[in-house]
Amino acid sequence: MKKNWPVYTLGALLAAGLIAPLASGAAAPGFWLEVLIGGLMAGVLYSLVALGFALIFKASGVFNFAQGAMVLFAALSLARLSEAMPLWAAFALSALIMVVFAWLVERLVLRALVNQEGVTLLMATLGISYFLDGFGQSLWGSDIYKIDLGISKDPTIILESVFQGGILISKEDLVATVIAAALVAFLAVFFQKTATGRALRAVADDHQAAQSIGIPLNHIWVIVWSVAGVVALVAGMVWGSKLGVQFSLQQVALKALPVVILGGFTSVPGAIAGGLIIGVGEKMAEVFFGPVLVKAFDLAGGGIENWFAYMLALIFLLVRPEGLFGERHIDRV
Amino acid sequence: MFYRENGQFKTSYRADQQILPIRQDRLLMAGLLVVAYLVVPWVASDYLLRAIILPFLILSLAAIGLNLLVGYCGQISLGHAAFMAVGAYAAYNLAVRVPGMNFLLVLLLAGVCAALVGALFGIPSLRIKGLYLAVATLAAQFFIDWMFARVKWFTNYASSGSVSTATVELFGWKIETPAEKYLFLLSVVSVLALAAKNLVRSHIGRSWMATRDMDVAAEVIGIRPVYAKLTAFAVSAFYVGVAGALWGFMHLGAWEPAAFGINVSLNLLFMIIIGGMGSILGSFFGAFFITVLPILLAQVPAMLGFNLSVETGSHLELMIFGALIVFFLIVEPHGLARLWAIGKEKLRLWPFPH
Amino acid sequence: MNPGASLQAVHQAHIGAPILQLEGISLAFGGVQALQDISFDVREHEIRAIIGPNGAGKSSMLNVINGIYKPQQGRITFRGQTFSHMEPWQVARMGIARTFQNLALFKGMSVLDNIMTGRNLRMKSNLLQQALRLGAAEREEIAHRERAEEIIDFLEIQAWRKTPVGRLPYGLQKRVDLGRALAMEPAVLLLDEPMAGMNVEEKQDMCRFVLDVNNEFGTTIVLIEHDMGVVMDISDRVVVLDYGRKIGDGAPDEVRGNEDVIRAYLGVAH
Repeated sequence: MKKNWPVYTLGALLAAGLIAPLASGAAAPGFWLEVLIGGLMAGVLYSLVALGFALIFKASGVFNFAQGAMVLFAALSLARLSEAMPLWAAFALSALIMVVFAWLVERLVLRALVNQEGVTLLMATLGISYFLDGFGQSLWGSDIYKIDLGISKDPTIILESVFQGGILISKEDLVATVIAAALVAFLAVFFQKTATGRALRAVADDHQAAQSIGIPLNHIWVIVWSVAGVVALVAGMVWGSKLGVQFSLQQVALKALPVVILGGFTSVPGAIAGGLIIGVGEKMAEVFFGPVLVKAFDLAGGGIENWFAYMLALIFLLVRPEGLFGERHIDRV
Repeated sequence: MFYRENGQFKTSYRADQQILPIRQDRLLMAGLLVVAYLVVPWVASDYLLRAIILPFLILSLAAIGLNLLVGYCGQISLGHAAFMAVGAYAAYNLAVRVPGMNFLLVLLLAGVCAALVGALFGIPSLRIKGLYLAVATLAAQFFIDWMFARVKWFTNYASSGSVSTATVELFGWKIETPAEKYLFLLSVVSVLALAAKNLVRSHIGRSWMATRDMDVAAEVIGIRPVYAKLTAFAVSAFYVGVAGALWGFMHLGAWEPAAFGINVSLNLLFMIIIGGMGSILGSFFGAFFITVLPILLAQVPAMLGFNLSVETGSHLELMIFGALIVFFLIVEPHGLARLWAIGKEKLRLWPFPH
Repeated sequence: MNPGASLQAVHQAHIGAPILQLEGISLAFGGVQALQDISFDVREHEIRAIIGPNGAGKSSMLNVINGIYKPQQGRITFRGQTFSHMEPWQVARMGIARTFQNLALFKGMSVLDNIMTGRNLRMKSNLLQQALRLGAAEREEIAHRERAEEIIDFLEIQAWRKTPVGRLPYGLQKRVDLGRALAMEPAVLLLDEPMAGMNVEEKQDMCRFVLDVNNEFGTTIVLIEHDMGVVMDISDRVVVLDYGRKIGDGAPDEVRGNEDVIRAYLGVAH
């Protein structure tokens, strides 16, 4: 494989950045590991949102800007419904709501915009995103709500014998990781083994060919948007329980865009790997390089994590537009 | 019946290439300018000027800027508010650090700074397009947001991070009252809108549109993609930068970096979708629509006796914007400008149907 | 449709030295060899046809000349200048224009603007002059408008001047495509199936335009065409491609008698 050297270079730089604080002795190994784990946990959440993006892009070629709004809406539904009923019932009902939403999107928007350019569809999802934000908050309210998964918030200390003071990790994060892994496994089986999954993959390969062998495109879209809706619900649940359900979830969800760029738009494993790289990268950058930057340029505080993911994606776009695992058919000029 | 072009024969290409080839349109435009300059400043209340007309004018300029890039050159951007920020902070720094600099020069240089930054962030467009470019422009948005929030030099070491501007003075004329600001803005916007119209009907505009419609064919007939795309980014960012400087100095007066967040970028995009992509006139329609709708939503229900909370109003606004975007994309992708053109066509033939 | 004998003699007398030479061009996409070691030349003022069955590499050949595809091997000499890699816009500026098999017009623009865009590479006024529409920019625009109008007259599309090209019927769009290329005032014009999908009448019109361009403007023409009648009638020399190789080259009559060519077109009995 030629032309891979920019990726290797970038990878080497990232790895060097990862190791540098530890190697230079600027950070205690325990603390370094704690940051690393924190980054991985955040990365799992990014991956979850990115998964929704990748699914929809794979099956319908739509770059779904509304994925963030879907996360927020699903989380709001879950939070408010769980006030009145047990969590499992609220989850089921929220999932149903997301399916209805998927159906409406297909009926009212996608069907009318079939065969339009990608950018038009992107703008349509921007519209959906605004609508869903307004609708969700009018329906469910716009305060900060809690989702209680019944997991203790207390941090657990592990590896006490290896590092002085051990390493703090929260149980919640561990649960999130398990949920994400379970979801990915479930999706993998769904795509590989079920008839619907096969149809989905056929549609992703070639819309027209799929249609010509009798796969109903509209039907597939409803399914894939429903699946993305449920993925959004899971992401919203995990995230909402961590940060509280509030409007800012939407902004965090926007981070999934660079994640899918990094992982490749069509790749499920890519979404996971991209999420982890960005989660770890931005945490490391914030904690270890933020202070350096602040000192060097006399900044009013760090906050590198606000743009780190996007800049990384930008650089990646320039050296390898198809992402880590994406297929190499891309609108290149 | 009064809107006819019979008998108006063009005898030269110069006449045929006018911006408004139909006499009635020229009269309408002249009348509009007379009203805008001579009537509006006396009639409009300060509230009307401050709440609607001033923001409308400035946002029109920003929408024209974005439209040059998205509507004419076909390159998407979700980060244009960042270039507004560049214009605003550049103007602020020029005004603070070079006392007594002519405000027109400040505006010009602010626009040039934004153009340079715009061209820089336009470089990815040479390799990627569509959705990928959208994410690349988000990088501009978030990086520049962060830069102005954190790098103290840009805010002149203001402790709160927010900056405020002094009254603008131009050749001894203090631009203070809303009416004075209005006259100044009207002039700037008119000149720049005319310039934009000139650009899109010249060869540079044709090279943008050619790149938009069929990039390979454009290159084959001799259009340099690097030049077409980067000039589109630069000119677009210039307009948006000037708009940003005006937004800071004439509308906000004092602002924080959050004033130019991603929501502003998206709003600009909505303006051109609703107003009409690839239309200078449409940029005005879109800016007007987006400026007026929230105010209508705040006031009409109250007039009708409903009492909507501010919160409900803002949620309603989001829903209406969202629904309208989808509606326009499906029903009339060329926006209000196209509806206007259809209306004119009908009027030309009226009372006959064809 | 057959030009008169004397006209033909005049045309033959005009044909000059090679203006465009291709030597050893090879092009591959991944593992697929699209063109293999192809060499031929095009003489000034002649009409040179490239024929071959579907998938023979004809369009790839034009794309190589255009700079859209970069051949792995070989070189191109145009008007004495030799190069192996060149960007499409540079090729255009050297004087090579092109029409497309699948229409590639600028759909959002009018007929006039499409043709005016063909004049873009000759327009000099800078950004500021254009923005302010200063005298020079306005004069330049008008001067080029005059040239564009000549082409519109030549192609007999005056009535559709301000119509968006997307609304025109296919045959007229093909004319606009030709007009846009002519507006560049090229030395060499590459035509990719200019008559594909046309009815007999439209084909006759297009033939007439191609011959007129060749005669009146002295433009050298390289043409891909499927209609053998047209090719044999109007071209001076023919290159035959099959599976990316050159299997024949010469005057129409010679090529018609070439056994490889007959085999490629009719297939061999296995």
